[in-house]
Amino acid sequence: MAKEIKIIMKKISTQVPLDKIIDPSLKKKAKIEVKDVKVWYENFNAIKGIDMNIKPNTVTAFIGPSGCGKSTFLRLFNRMNDYVEGFKMEGKIKISGNNIYKKNINVEELRKEIGMVFQKPNPFPKSIFDNISYGLKIQGITDKKLIEERVIDCLKQVALWDEVKDDLKKSAMALSGGQQQRLCIARTLAVQPSIILMDEPTSALDPISTAKIEELIFKLKEKYTIVIVTHNMQQASRISDYTAFFYLGELIEYDKTKTIFTNPEKQQTENYITGRFG
Amino acid sequence: MANAQYQRNLLNESGAEMLSLCTSQLEKAKDAFLNHDCDLAEEVVLNEVRVNALDLRIEKSCEKFLALYNPVAIDLRFIMAIRKINFDLERIADHAYSISKYVIEVDEKIPPHLFEALQFQTMYDTIVKMLEKITEAYENKDVKVARKVFKKDKILDRINAESFSVLEAEIKKDNNIISEALLLFSVIKKMERVGDLIKNIAEEIIFYIDAEVLKHKKKK
Repeated sequence: MAKEIKIIMKKISTQVPLDKIIDPSLKKKAKIEVKDVKVWYENFNAIKGIDMNIKPNTVTAFIGPSGCGKSTFLRLFNRMNDYVEGFKMEGKIKISGNNIYKKNINVEELRKEIGMVFQKPNPFPKSIFDNISYGLKIQGITDKKLIEERVIDCLKQVALWDEVKDDLKKSAMALSGGQQQRLCIARTLAVQPSIILMDEPTSALDPISTAKIEELIFKLKEKYTIVIVTHNMQQASRISDYTAFFYLGELIEYDKTKTIFTNPEKQQTENYITGRFG
Repeated sequence: MANAQYQRNLLNESGAEMLSLCTSQLEKAKDAFLNHDCDLAEEVVLNEVRVNALDLRIEKSCEKFLALYNPVAIDLRFIMAIRKINFDLERIADHAYSISKYVIEVDEKIPPHLFEALQFQTMYDTIVKMLEKITEAYENKDVKVARKVFKKDKILDRINAESFSVLEAEIKKDNNIISEALLLFSVIKKMERVGDLIKNIAEEIIFYIDAEVLKHKKKK
């Protein structure tokens, strides 16, 4: 046991701290550079050599039919695929210039920088306040005033403050689906990430809640770099600056959203976005 | 999305129907004007109701397609183009209607030598050829054919530019033809405008197929 603790301690001590992953001065301008990335799950080649540069403070939408590799690709950015059995990756992914697949990267620290919002809202079975303050507390922040300020700020950023300010002790599970999803975004913002990944964040929501999230995404790009996976073509065209079309593990086309939805270069892209296949 | 494709095909067929109807209106107006055929002119005037009804049907179909199917890329360009083409065709049919109205309202037949002096037949034949090219381009989605109308429009521009001096010379020769000359001058202007509208349609076809915007650009 003591030997194991020693190994873990040694590992932690050699891992790169937070400010080495992303230079604090670059936090508001986090860019993602992907070079010749290939992914396998056992023998299945899920991603077949993708190059992509994601500009800071933009919204980039990933579109493509189910199984095309867009979610796998998204999850590479915060190393969520590391837990999948048989996962193997080649190539380089740099976040603001740092290769996040270097051996000594502290994955927990990395995930503070790269927040993620999932398809289904997943609040903790705790109060609204505790949901947002949770991340701060596990970061070791004890200053109650700072925590309170951060909670209020995050709730305001996701336009949830007016709806919940009178009862922050209420269970997050009692909120509506749309409110829960905004709470999850607020929880992500609390640890002050520089990149937010969203995997179909509105697919379980009604049109009004969807509109609120979309409005929020538009507002958040001022401070964060956002990457979103969506099956909703109109959503991609409404909210994103750039769109990437994936098919069978390949990046078929990546361009300004305006170009993709008015005059895509590739026939496959046109066929997909006009509903002729997929 | 099969339904969207079906609706799009219906709209495409309506566009072709409008093109054929307006071409026929213009050809009949030409024959009525050249031969002072009041019966044929009446037919054109009566047919205007059909043109207007089809124009409204296409407008409504475009609105429905935009609202229900959220078209993008080539589908979006198709809807944008078909709306403008429909508008231009309706204007062409309006000119055919106005020319036919002249035929009905003016008793006197226009002296044939005036038609000859103004190259009226050449002008009409050019327009008919342009309409044929446009129909071919629309039906076969052929950008090359669509581009051919730009050259032909220059013939119309030349005839139109010369018409003033030609008519001035004819009036100097014979003062009694003033009213006929003015009428012809007005029709020439309408024909020149029809040429411009056909050119616009060609631009729309090119935009729809190649996503190339030619509006307000000089054409070779």
